[in-house]
Amino acid sequence: MNRVPLEKKVLSENDRLAGDLRARFRREGILCLNLISSPGAGKTSLLEKTLGSLARDERVAVLTGDIQTDNDARRLARFGFPVRQITTGGTCHLDARMVDRALGEWRLEELDLLLIENVGNLVCPASYDLGEEAKVVVLSVAEGDDKPLKYPAIFSRAELLVLNKTDLLPYVPFDLAAARENARRMNPGIEILEVSCTTEDGIDSWQLWLERRREATRAKRAVRAD
Amino acid sequence: MHELSIAKSVLETVRTELERRPGARLHKVGLRVGELSGVNADALSFSFEVLVKGTDLEPVALEIESSPRRQRCPECNRVFTVENYEVICPNCGAAGTECVGGQELEFTYLELEEP
Repeated sequence: MNRVPLEKKVLSENDRLAGDLRARFRREGILCLNLISSPGAGKTSLLEKTLGSLARDERVAVLTGDIQTDNDARRLARFGFPVRQITTGGTCHLDARMVDRALGEWRLEELDLLLIENVGNLVCPASYDLGEEAKVVVLSVAEGDDKPLKYPAIFSRAELLVLNKTDLLPYVPFDLAAARENARRMNPGIEILEVSCTTEDGIDSWQLWLERRREATRAKRAVRAD
Repeated sequence: MHELSIAKSVLETVRTELERRPGARLHKVGLRVGELSGVNADALSFSFEVLVKGTDLEPVALEIESSPRRQRCPECNRVFTVENYEVICPNCGAAGTECVGGQELEFTYLELEEP
């Protein structure tokens, strides 16, 4: 019997495709974000608030993943930006191939922000790189402040935690300080924003974060172009 | 429950590796699965078993080594294993440590009988 070492990632094929996507996004100066949360935490609402606040000539597109229905794409399409639904037909996460196919004939040179709304699930999407610049995890206060400890994969990989539905804080036993502490235990560098998509409290902090990241992406592209 | 998708990826790589070694008989596949990988080892073993059943690869075994969460301190460079979610550096008390282990989902070896 012979034991042969094999140093290879299990998802190396997905990682390869995601690496190609990331290279394309960077070449075109596109900021790509992968939004991940449990079902109903408010990813689509956050995207509605985001698209609703942008000027019509902003170079933005959205891919939205769900197991069934194109409800989210229809909700988001009314803002006038290109939106495409990825219906996975049972698969609990998006992978790089689905994103690559969904981009299809879109002219990436005409974009500078691509928002990907993953399938509602705090577990499986964490394993699949989509070529994004950053993962953003959305957690609503109705879900519980210990979620970062229960779902370590996503909270340890996300660069930003958006705590949504803060308007419900008076009605639910959610400890904001504990949630922040738990998120930092999983990921000491994670940034945290508190928002309510219903009252729009804190939405400006998200818009500011987004603008800062877009600016950083543009600056990197300018440096490469020199 | 994405372990079935992951098990499929394991098998794809295994088959590609076997094509490079004609006549080899595969006995075992070694994997390293980190505690932050989001992958459940039992569900992965079960999915792998189901996929292999009735194929030419049966009865191949999957051996999963788990890998603990490790953080590195940027101040004193200490690498430590995280217990009870404690991410503060045990050596110098710095808070901004970074994850350097526990996210793995990778092959470690193939155990083969070669002609």
